[in-house]
Amino acid sequence: MDKNISFTLKVWRQRGPKEKGQFVSYPMKDIPTDTSFLEMLDILNEQLINKGEEPIVFDHDCREGICGMCSLYINGHAHGPATGATTCQLYMRRFNDGDVITVEPWRSAGFPIIRDLMVDRSAYDKIMQAGGYTSVNTGGVPDANSIPISKEKADLAMDAASCIGCGACVAACKNGSAMLFVSAKVSQLALLPQGQVEAARRAKAMIAKMDELGFGNCTNTRACEAECPKCVSISNIARLNREFICAKLKD
Amino acid sequence: MAKTIDSKIPEGPLAEKWTNYKAHQKLVNPANKRKLDIIIVGSGLAGASAAATLGDLGFKVKCFCIQDSPRRAHSIAAQGGINAAKNYQNDGDSIYRLFYDTIKGGDYRSREANVYRLAEVSNNIIDQCVAQGVPFAREYGGTLANRSFGGAQVSRTFYARGQTGQQLLLGAYSALSRQVKLGNVELFTRCEMLDVVLIKDENGENRARGIIYRDLVTGQIKRCSAHAVVIGTGGYGNAYFLSTNAMGSNGSAAIQCYRKGAWFANPAFAQIHPTCIPVHGDKQSKLTLMSESLRNDGRIWVPKKLEDAKALQAGTLNPNDIPDEDRDFYLERRYPAFGNLVPRDVASRAAKERCDKGYGVNNTGLAVFLDFKYAIQRLGKDVVADKYGNLFDMYQEITDVNPYENPMMIFPAIHYTMGGIWVDYELQTSIKGLFAIGECNFSDHGANRLGASALMQGLADGYFVLPYTIQNYLSDQIQVPRFSTDLPEFKAAEDGVKEQIEKIMNIKGKRSVDSIHKELGHIMWEYVGMGRTKESLETALKKLEEVEKSFWSDLFVPGQADTLNVELEKALRLRDFIEVGKLMAYDGLNREESCGGHFREEYQTPEGEALRQDDKFSYVACWEYQGAGKAPELLKEPLNYEYIKVQTRNYKN
Repeated sequence: MDKNISFTLKVWRQRGPKEKGQFVSYPMKDIPTDTSFLEMLDILNEQLINKGEEPIVFDHDCREGICGMCSLYINGHAHGPATGATTCQLYMRRFNDGDVITVEPWRSAGFPIIRDLMVDRSAYDKIMQAGGYTSVNTGGVPDANSIPISKEKADLAMDAASCIGCGACVAACKNGSAMLFVSAKVSQLALLPQGQVEAARRAKAMIAKMDELGFGNCTNTRACEAECPKCVSISNIARLNREFICAKLKD
Repeated sequence: MAKTIDSKIPEGPLAEKWTNYKAHQKLVNPANKRKLDIIIVGSGLAGASAAATLGDLGFKVKCFCIQDSPRRAHSIAAQGGINAAKNYQNDGDSIYRLFYDTIKGGDYRSREANVYRLAEVSNNIIDQCVAQGVPFAREYGGTLANRSFGGAQVSRTFYARGQTGQQLLLGAYSALSRQVKLGNVELFTRCEMLDVVLIKDENGENRARGIIYRDLVTGQIKRCSAHAVVIGTGGYGNAYFLSTNAMGSNGSAAIQCYRKGAWFANPAFAQIHPTCIPVHGDKQSKLTLMSESLRNDGRIWVPKKLEDAKALQAGTLNPNDIPDEDRDFYLERRYPAFGNLVPRDVASRAAKERCDKGYGVNNTGLAVFLDFKYAIQRLGKDVVADKYGNLFDMYQEITDVNPYENPMMIFPAIHYTMGGIWVDYELQTSIKGLFAIGECNFSDHGANRLGASALMQGLADGYFVLPYTIQNYLSDQIQVPRFSTDLPEFKAAEDGVKEQIEKIMNIKGKRSVDSIHKELGHIMWEYVGMGRTKESLETALKKLEEVEKSFWSDLFVPGQADTLNVELEKALRLRDFIEVGKLMAYDGLNREESCGGHFREEYQTPEGEALRQDDKFSYVACWEYQGAGKAPELLKEPLNYEYIKVQTRNYKN
């Protein structure tokens, strides 16, 4: 049976993007270990509201690890200590009685803080708008089975496409680079014949937009891959670099 | 007095209706499209695909979503797949068969013409998604792979591992992003619609001309005008508090339209999904779905002996120690033809029936087993892991139980709402210029939706139906200049919204939004849940009045309204969930029959199957708002089946 644990939460509170933030400690008592991390924050927020205080603001939505909304830096790790899982899939049984748990927002120049643990990730939308698509209109496309695609290629494309756009890779990177995110989309589309047509243009446009928005460069520390909740591989970055260099050579 | 309902079904034989419609509808020429604005609220499969398509047709589109990016919409969480009548497997599938299965699966409570059109365009969706680079699963020969889903005897479901919804949404989001770049679509993220604005035309008839919305970051109330408004804001399942929906999923946009006069159709039709992880404790915030695709290979069972069930409930017996002959594979026993792949409503009720009789297998007695032992014996662990690995990992992370070694435990939970805003064949609501697409309309699933059909409907509406039908409406709007948001109608709507917000902020009671929402959820599950009776629904209506009273007298929302305030957002949505709850109870009370997801215990066969009353209830129940505190008025749209013989659903043989 599950047990209860007590611990201290140190949570980053910051009123607005330009205001000064600080850690605030909250003692947590008798939290069942089968509670998810976000449900634990719900419990804390309920307590704060009952005391007449404002709850801690954090992004979350689907709570099943797929929407990419949740974004907490827990004890120095994006999405906390579990591998291959988002914050919402983290359960309190990973923690021990008496722990001090530090909770911070994503910290990166590309993701300004909105309030407390909520950040602005609209830069990702802008990178996608720069070229993260195949330029086809609705209708007038060939039959789905007209172009065979090897299972191997389709599986690799699916691996890359499993990126949820949460921003953990940027938060984990000492350079604040968005290369894993960009490479996942570029790879997915470059691997498929439908995306091949404009692969070169796509790689150049998405990288240019990423640079313009203030994300850093990749120095192959592999922190992104280690913290990615969907285990997106940095081999995608190698593929992106290949696409990018080929595109540049053709210019 | 009697209002007539015109569902605008085109003339002609069933298979030619859509073709005829498209051939004769009015269109808007490219130069005029640029002069027409369309607001799309919601960026899920329906909203994003509609925004992208209308953008590439040349209309000026404004797309709103409450999340930080359109890609977060809850369509992303759909796991199993999307249906299409491609017949790539050569197993006898056809447009007609998909149409037939959908009507039958919906327990003969949907419109023939709409469903036929859905089946017809399903094939285009797969082509479109592949062209966008959606990485569907493939066979070694390079062709697309398929699997089976509930309610079908063919393999027509296309999938991308257990993340089909994600991949389809990202495809639509990519297409949408392209239109943003091209300047045809403007995005409004972290913005929530709070009212629809109606303006009378020269004939004195109301037309939807804009919305009032709240910028969730700054708290500002803003106005936006357009020639037409489309809502694609999903379902209202979160009225039950615990559901498989995302935390932010809400029915508020639909309720705002309802309050402005749009009819709400069949609200009682809510789908209870049979394969969710059971509830564990009172701190739980949501329920996690285990994909229906698991029923392809998993076998559902409970013990045959009551003493075994008691021991499982007490935690003194390991399920693996129960021999096969003492296991009751109740779906295979009751429904030999479809077995574990019966439709969701049937599977959910069968689980409830076993648990009600005391055969539940966990400490609460509210769970059944979904066992992969047999699939692993037959296919090997690697094949099972390849098909369902991510779902198994998810299950283990949540429950701390390894599903490769122990059977999964599952129980039904609220998942999808078939009811929604009434629309005609053109997806237009009863208010001119106001359209509803995807889950938030009522149209295609009748009383029960089949698995892998929600993605199909969302994308059908957005890519291939609305972009045609909305032009039939807009074609006579080309002379209408863009609307100023300074018009008195906008001011009045904004004032109304501000007044409501101020009222909520000034209650200054003692209870949090969640505490009242949980109370609402308990009432809904208990009295408007899987089995309903006249008494339970009447009790629900009384209790909902009390909940509404506590909302308006005892709610506490901290902070200010003119800044980011998550509790205020939740409070506004809860106000509307209470309204939805009442509508569901009214509708459930009126519908004195059992069909699909709506099971009135008074109406069942001796074997416990749903018993329809076709002579009395073969209609769409449309509810019209009559003002706060008043019971809504019922209008009926008769359902005439011209092509399908209405039968009792049979999944036995």
